[in-house]
Amino acid sequence: MTLPADVRDTEKLRAWLGSDHPDLLDPSVRIAVNAELTPRLWPFSEDDEIAFLPPMSGG
Amino acid sequence: MIRVQAEPFDPAAELAAFATCVPGAGAIASFTGLVRPASDGDAVSALDLDHYPALTDRVVTEIGEQARARFGLAGHIIVHRHGELAPGEPIVFVAAAAAHRRAAFDAVDYMMDRLKTEAPFWKRELGPEGSRWIEVRGTDLKDRARWE
Repeated sequence: MTLPADVRDTEKLRAWLGSDHPDLLDPSVRIAVNAELTPRLWPFSEDDEIAFLPPMSGG
Repeated sequence: MIRVQAEPFDPAAELAAFATCVPGAGAIASFTGLVRPASDGDAVSALDLDHYPALTDRVVTEIGEQARARFGLAGHIIVHRHGELAPGEPIVFVAAAAAHRRAAFDAVDYMMDRLKTEAPFWKRELGPEGSRWIEVRGTDLKDRARWE
């Protein structure tokens, strides 16, 4: 996915995607960058893998 | 070591194989979790587990390594299933080997409490009424807090 040049942190990405997918704006949806859970605001670069994670169930 | 897999496993075989990897240990404790046939009074026909492999492997690995360091284990193993499981099937197997029993018992308890609250799985119970997403239970969070 190609992002606008100014979308380089998790909060901006959430807001950008959230306009089409409002479920992603729910704070219980967490974000992982390169398979690592991040604090709410976290920078990333173009090649990173970003995942939006719904509330987990545990093992 | 840890494994997150779709394939069924045999807890007895896992325990026997683990025991051969920890020569000299004085104690091995293990726990097997099974899929329950009912949840809050409702019948469960299957449990479906989704995961995010890179993240799930990372978190489960960390839980094992932290248990090993905290309790001075000679070895540990965590096996966790994903995919669709039927009631009665083993879903998780945990074992710890140590010099003495207390560390082995505690390490198994600790690893299970952390897996129940932190392992990145998304579980859905399938039943006659449809399906239901599972959330972490308050009692599990309370159990987890005992180790802080």
